[in-house]
Amino acid sequence: MILMQERTILELYEAMLSSRSLEEAITHLWNEGYIFGEMHLGIGEEAIIAGILSHIIPGDAIATDHRSTPPFVMRGVDPEALLLELLGHPKGLCSGMGGHMHLFSQDLLLTSSGIVGSSGPSAVGFALAAKYRKTNNIAVAFFGEGAMNQGMLLESLNLAASMNLPVLFVCKDNNWAITTQSNEVTGGVLLDRVQGFGIEAREIDGSDVKAVWQATKTAIPRMRGGKKSPYFIQAHCTHKEGHLLGDPLLRFHRAPKKEFGAVTGPLTKSVLHYKGGRIDKRIGSVAKVLSLIAKSRMQLSDSKDPIKRLEKDQTELGKQFSQIQLAIQSEVDALVTGVMNTLKQEVSQ
Amino acid sequence: MRKMSFADAIESALKQAMSEDPNVFLMGEDLHTFRVNILAQFGNERVQSTPISESAFLGAGVTAAMAGLRPVVEIMLIDFIGVAIDALLNHASKVYSFSGGKWNVPLVVRASCGGGYGDGGQHEQSLWGWLAHIPGLNVVVPSNPADAGQLMLSAIEADHPVIYLEHKLLADYWLDYMGTGGRENVNFDVPQAGVQGLVPEKWEPLPVGKAICLREGSDLTFISLGVSVHRCMEAAEILAKEDFSTEVIDLRWVSPLDTRTIIKSASKTKRVIVVDEDYLQFGLSGEIAAILAEENGLKCQFGRIGTETTIPYNRHMEDNILPNVKRILELARKL
Repeated sequence: MILMQERTILELYEAMLSSRSLEEAITHLWNEGYIFGEMHLGIGEEAIIAGILSHIIPGDAIATDHRSTPPFVMRGVDPEALLLELLGHPKGLCSGMGGHMHLFSQDLLLTSSGIVGSSGPSAVGFALAAKYRKTNNIAVAFFGEGAMNQGMLLESLNLAASMNLPVLFVCKDNNWAITTQSNEVTGGVLLDRVQGFGIEAREIDGSDVKAVWQATKTAIPRMRGGKKSPYFIQAHCTHKEGHLLGDPLLRFHRAPKKEFGAVTGPLTKSVLHYKGGRIDKRIGSVAKVLSLIAKSRMQLSDSKDPIKRLEKDQTELGKQFSQIQLAIQSEVDALVTGVMNTLKQEVSQ
Repeated sequence: MRKMSFADAIESALKQAMSEDPNVFLMGEDLHTFRVNILAQFGNERVQSTPISESAFLGAGVTAAMAGLRPVVEIMLIDFIGVAIDALLNHASKVYSFSGGKWNVPLVVRASCGGGYGDGGQHEQSLWGWLAHIPGLNVVVPSNPADAGQLMLSAIEADHPVIYLEHKLLADYWLDYMGTGGRENVNFDVPQAGVQGLVPEKWEPLPVGKAICLREGSDLTFISLGVSVHRCMEAAEILAKEDFSTEVIDLRWVSPLDTRTIIKSASKTKRVIVVDEDYLQFGLSGEIAAILAEENGLKCQFGRIGTETTIPYNRHMEDNILPNVKRILELARKL
């Protein structure tokens, strides 16, 4: 165990909270109807991102998935440009062309994608370029455990291993692939799978920012020098907002009357239809779906919230945490107010 | 006749097909949620949820079909077909030819398609022209509930691979999941005639590759499919007030393409505008232009509206880049 300085803990806290506060503001704007389409948040993943990014140096590349806000915020992308992009504004980070799933920053070598698993090949290419240029930079791939069944990601693991490329593969594992429990559609054990490629891999609690920081503190510098090699981290986490804002399973808990009201009729008719499968199979199938809805409730719990966890683990820093909270909240409030005022002015003109 | 939504019509036709033929089954991601009613009626052997492994389960769908089953494999969004395209490009489409016409692949690939709800360029593509480019693949794009159910039956009963594309502005559950997310304060330009409509009591398949003339006219022909059909109907209504008689053809099938209906209408009106939500370049509209150019003795003016760039996330820009009534009218008045 490397001793963590108080300053490091406070920096990690600040990084996590900056992302969280912005994403809470985004949630509000989405609820108000200012953001269209899907919105996938990284709320619950902050410890993984913050812990890893604190060891990242200039020139390192990061390929993210569809939950790209936290890595973009923590890597130092201007939050105003980010927020404007999510609002589809021409002054946004990508001129309003990309939206939250397609964010890019060439300066910071940051990419994102809505195609599951694609961060694997992306990171391999960045690592290849770094090695080719003989720099000591690495590339990081962030993806969910659902992506671990996507061919291109598995191919990337092999490519990175066989070509000795400095890719840090980070599997943010919440065991949900949209509305599917990942362990039910996954053969074997993920770590065994990765180790089968000859890649060093370890499992950590992704809600514990100190654990993530510790785990990558020595691993990342090791990847930079000498014989380059990939490294794999499986970090467990929870998404309080489910797969996306308006998550179809979580809606059953938040507005049960409305949701069950809408599905009960067609579902009952289907179960009782005179044509169809054996009745035990029908009932079994429905029971399984209902149990899935029940299980999805666990995501709503705060027990795996990385920010609350750090606050609880480090009560002695409570005063400093409060100061950081106040500072960030007022920054985000000012940012949102400013952006929304600009938008309103533009609309009225 | 009974009233039904676009999404319910597909579900109802699938249930009918599954009742009649035990070889029909569904496979794809999250089907226990998206196809919960079919799951409840038929159980999980007929509604199989998969991991996020499109290349594997679509490839497996091809040979399951070759083994005599009638799989309906779902690719959640047609944009994701990129991950699994080999199964279609080099296998599903070619086995019949390679085997000297001795082995069929009765596979249905069902996917959502289309934009207009702010999801950006990786989730809102149409891609039907891209897919129809491959010999051996049939591509169908329904525009209303009755067609949606009947064409699903056509797709299942066909002995060759069919890509069945449902537009997210027409399928209410998709729009709810991807666009509104349960909110009541966001609105999209949803053509109601495509979302709700009368459907037959019992589903019968429509002929493969047959278009339909939705509105007769003598001065101009709009050729379209999917959501754009409704934009064309709206434009035709406006043009009628200007004493301009417009014919509207809903292609239904991109492949096989109903060249007879296209040529017949072009011969009559001598003016054709193709309105295609898919990419403009190297696609359906160019194909129709070629068909008209190749027809001996036919002289007609031609125009086209399609998507020319990556679909922007910005809602305003997106609405301008996708075919809309304003753009259709502008071109119609110019032609």
